[in-house]
Amino acid sequence: MEVSLSGSVRDAVGGLASVEVEAETIRELLTRLIDRYPKLEHHPEEGIAVAIDGTIYRDSWETPIPEGSEVFLLPRIVGG
Amino acid sequence: MNDPKYTGQEFKVVGTRVKRPDGLDKVTGRARYGADMSAPGQLVGLMLRSPHAHARIKKIDASKAEKLAGVKAVITSADLPDLTGGNSGLYDTLENCMARDRALYDGHAVAGVAAIDRTTAKKALKLIKVTYEKLPHVTDVDEALNDDAPIVQPRYAQDGRHGNLINKGEFGHGDIDKGFAEADVIVERSYKTGQTHQGYIEPHACLASVSPDGTGELWVTTQGHFAYRNNCAQLLGMDIAKLKVTSSEIGGGFGGKTHVWMEPIALALSRKANRPVKMVMSREEVFKASGPTCSTSMDIKIGAKKDGTIVAARAECRYMNGAFPGMWGTLGGMTAFACYNIANNKAIGVNVLCNRPKVAAYRAPSAPMMAFGVESTIDQLAKELGTDPVELRLKNVAKEGTLAPYGPVWGPIGIEPTLEAVRDHPHMRAKLGKNQGRGVACGFWFNIGGQTCSDLNIGPDGTVNLTVGTIDVGGARASLALIAAEELGIAYEDVRTNIGDTSSLGHNDTTEGSRGTFSSGMATIFAARKAIDVLKERAAKMWQIPVEAVTWEDGSAHAVGNEHDNLSPLTLKDIAKKAGNTGGPIAGHHEATADGAGVSFASHIVDVEVDPETGKTTILRYTVVQDAGKAIHPDYVEGQFQGAAAQGIGWALNEEYIYGEDGRLQNGAFLDYRMPVCSDLPSIDTKILEIPNPSHPYGIRGVGETSIVPPLGAIGNAVSNAVGVRMYEVPMSPPRILKALDDASA
Repeated sequence: MEVSLSGSVRDAVGGLASVEVEAETIRELLTRLIDRYPKLEHHPEEGIAVAIDGTIYRDSWETPIPEGSEVFLLPRIVGG
Repeated sequence: MNDPKYTGQEFKVVGTRVKRPDGLDKVTGRARYGADMSAPGQLVGLMLRSPHAHARIKKIDASKAEKLAGVKAVITSADLPDLTGGNSGLYDTLENCMARDRALYDGHAVAGVAAIDRTTAKKALKLIKVTYEKLPHVTDVDEALNDDAPIVQPRYAQDGRHGNLINKGEFGHGDIDKGFAEADVIVERSYKTGQTHQGYIEPHACLASVSPDGTGELWVTTQGHFAYRNNCAQLLGMDIAKLKVTSSEIGGGFGGKTHVWMEPIALALSRKANRPVKMVMSREEVFKASGPTCSTSMDIKIGAKKDGTIVAARAECRYMNGAFPGMWGTLGGMTAFACYNIANNKAIGVNVLCNRPKVAAYRAPSAPMMAFGVESTIDQLAKELGTDPVELRLKNVAKEGTLAPYGPVWGPIGIEPTLEAVRDHPHMRAKLGKNQGRGVACGFWFNIGGQTCSDLNIGPDGTVNLTVGTIDVGGARASLALIAAEELGIAYEDVRTNIGDTSSLGHNDTTEGSRGTFSSGMATIFAARKAIDVLKERAAKMWQIPVEAVTWEDGSAHAVGNEHDNLSPLTLKDIAKKAGNTGGPIAGHHEATADGAGVSFASHIVDVEVDPETGKTTILRYTVVQDAGKAIHPDYVEGQFQGAAAQGIGWALNEEYIYGEDGRLQNGAFLDYRMPVCSDLPSIDTKILEIPNPSHPYGIRGVGETSIVPPLGAIGNAVSNAVGVRMYEVPMSPPRILKALDDASA
């Protein structure tokens, strides 16, 4: 699947706007991305979120990623 | 008024305006806030703070203070070893709580004292001798990026970029160069916003007690007692389970109580003194040494075709993070153009360090500043195009299926309905007089979910205790009781919601990001449904029939099937009364990571009158329209809309941190930091729209933050229309308005 990247996440993969990754869950996606781009290693603990078909997941790493989904890697959002 | 146009679900008690459970205690003074708890033998803790904006701490001599009668403990950074294990964010917290080798801003803590009373503690502070070497400082976000600016945090400096530039978050899609080339009209402007404080009435306060056996307790005003527990335990080398944190009633937070400030120091003092230690910040300390929001400086460029189609937009906003890095620019970049469907857009949020206090979240953090620039520019674009500013916004509004600037495709969203409601509102047809102007602006906020758990226990008389771990900042206890009552089919008055301490529930994320009612509401729904499963089992036992033959309806178990016709329904109270004989206490529990928070949009209308002699702006009329998803308790929802708008009005017109050339804060008191009071404001009208969030069983979105986003832009547009001169800087204080008028006539 194609995973779109933005913000500091994009910086960690050398400025790429998107990467191709095969993954069935958010956990798999993050594991494979970190394997390929070690600079992403600290991003999950510092804060990362994954948007799957418009829904943003901050913590539920077992969430399945359906085939053909639109997937974005985003900074983790905080609020007041 | 509720607008049921978009609501699909029918509710019995949710959506009603029931009496708030905390009201009586709060108006009679019975409610216990952070400073209201005491313990036998408690000491008074005070902090010594840096008088310099930036200074090397060469030596701290506390020997005289330690010898003063009545002083029980003095601590400096030497008493706080680095236990952060390489976690840079946690190290920042440690350094912010107590300066290490350098004081990084005016008010940075350098030592803490615990003594038998306040007088003794104050004397002790005067006896601590700190030898400083003053260093160059910078407090302005643009000056911080000058080549010769002093570097605030050398450990964050990286090759190839300015030492104070932490990072840039870039968002958007399309080709903005191509888009601007297609534009018939382009408006490009620069703006600035001042640094503001959340201005919560209650200052930071806590009572800390650490026993020699390593266990501890902390009573504290906070938005997130679990986060405080985790942070304090990590910084002090304590086991998380051995530190119990209880959240007091909270007198406002708005993001400022999401971080620890002096609480680890209070615990460290207590541990050293072997006595409880109470610490309460003064208002000056709150201003100087808690977490205000960012000041900003930004450049906005928007281009459109003659027919009003916006074809390109670019925003770059520099966010002043204070002395420690945050993600404020990133959030600003994500929110900049979220209200609109623009084929080619790019928004860049830049995080910059200065010698000011560590910035914390402030209600929809970072969005109001960016919205000020974007919404001001859109109004100017409408003027250039000769079109109505509301119609221009509607023509370019984001809808379900629009690609959001930060990535995902929007699901059902409410920006278009809020704008339509604004267009059709009687407020828009009210006549304006001399020196009066009207402004409209839109705003967006994400809202978040996160880790949540709750416990629902049914007592022997059938009343219900609901325990949640998200603190009540704006009506959660009433809303969650309504939700529990709705699910169980009982009266609202039969449910009491409690905020559990950290030893009574699993981890709950902080009440921030408008997540409290969304997340704990979800946990409450599922906890109640689990309790209903138990209630059905107990009814089946009482009837001696299979549980499959029992249904739950309107607060009672019903036996279904012809063979059970003779069985009268059993109410929750009937079943609760017999719980001891059918299996013991009846409860429901739910823990989860609540994801799927629904984004929220608002559109505001404001009328102002500006006195051309004094530059003073009076808010004549204000209307908030916001999508709540589902308003569980409409009074509270309206209160959130009004409160957010009121804070935005203060930000837009008067509030601002003012620093002297010496880098010291000049107005750290409410007398000089001018927040709006009731007499400054009209009654703020509200209109709740309900476009359900499909990811929540009741359709709930967050409601607490979004309506602080539009006021800066709306008031900027209104003031500019009133005086006939465009305002580019917030706050639009009287001197700034007079200067703009003078400059325009020069």
